[in-house]
Amino acid sequence: MIRIQLNERSLTLAEGTPLSQLRADAMPDADVVIYNGHQIAEDVTLLDGDQVVLWRKGRQPSREELEALLVARHTPEVHRRVKNATVGIAGLGGLGSAVAVALARTGVGRLKLVDYDVVEPSNINRQQYFLDQLGRPKAEALAETLARINPFTVVEPTVLLIDEENIFPTLAGCDVLVECFDDPATKAMFVRVAAPLTPVVAASGMAGYGTANEIHTRRAMKNLILVGDETSEAQPGRGLMAPRVGVVAHHQANAVLRLLLGEEP
Amino acid sequence: MRLTVNGEEHELHGLVTLGELLAAMNVSTQRLAVELNGEVLNPDQYETTKLSEGDRLELVRFVGGG
Repeated sequence: MIRIQLNERSLTLAEGTPLSQLRADAMPDADVVIYNGHQIAEDVTLLDGDQVVLWRKGRQPSREELEALLVARHTPEVHRRVKNATVGIAGLGGLGSAVAVALARTGVGRLKLVDYDVVEPSNINRQQYFLDQLGRPKAEALAETLARINPFTVVEPTVLLIDEENIFPTLAGCDVLVECFDDPATKAMFVRVAAPLTPVVAASGMAGYGTANEIHTRRAMKNLILVGDETSEAQPGRGLMAPRVGVVAHHQANAVLRLLLGEEP
Repeated sequence: MRLTVNGEEHELHGLVTLGELLAAMNVSTQRLAVELNGEVLNPDQYETTKLSEGDRLELVRFVGGG
């Protein structure tokens, strides 16, 4: 006998059972077949420990089925590890809002979001907000968006201006902190206070539309992963735009994921 | 005195403190994070922190944008 997971439920099958037979028995009308995180069309012989997701497009899932489907394309084992993680995001502009969306889609269990500001029209060119959210506190608006993407990620929004004294009462208990501020002095302050205690993924250098290939991720200190080109400062004539800011944000989100999975970013 | 600054070896003459090194490099400390031999320093330590042969220094200068 072998034990597999079908739509996140444990199932015992006879050894040598083909995937096609499981589909015929469990959901003959399934038009989405995901085998160990990979959507496939061909038949395979199932092995002990395999993870299978079957789905019929257009069907409305139950809450239990939904969580399995949301993470069906993850490599097995990744979901369990990220689901147990807590990540703090400080600053919810072009970086922080995109990092939060990526990590919620990845299935991170708990996100702590901190920003003092409200959504305004000049944010929309690069930040993950919508016009019907203008004037709303970013932390609250983003929490609502994340709940629409992945209701299984617990989101704790805080409307607060971060300073040296309130970083740790607000962002205590996080496995990784993500520095997503705009102001360079605040970036440096956050790293000085947070990096002695918690791994920090920070960003520097992303303005303009220079080649995105200059953006890199490196370990700059024992507890600091730094992302960006490290030179392109936002200034008159060199603004912040969705493509490059988004590249940096997704480098940051990937560095967080790698840290959570025990890999060197 | 030989130091490693951001992974590169430097030969320094006549400098005693981190504060003097930062002044000589013309670095604004407001936008800076400093790690000396694996320890992140507070800005109020820069002036009094003495540099020694073989120190490993990481200086991260932040630019604006996010």
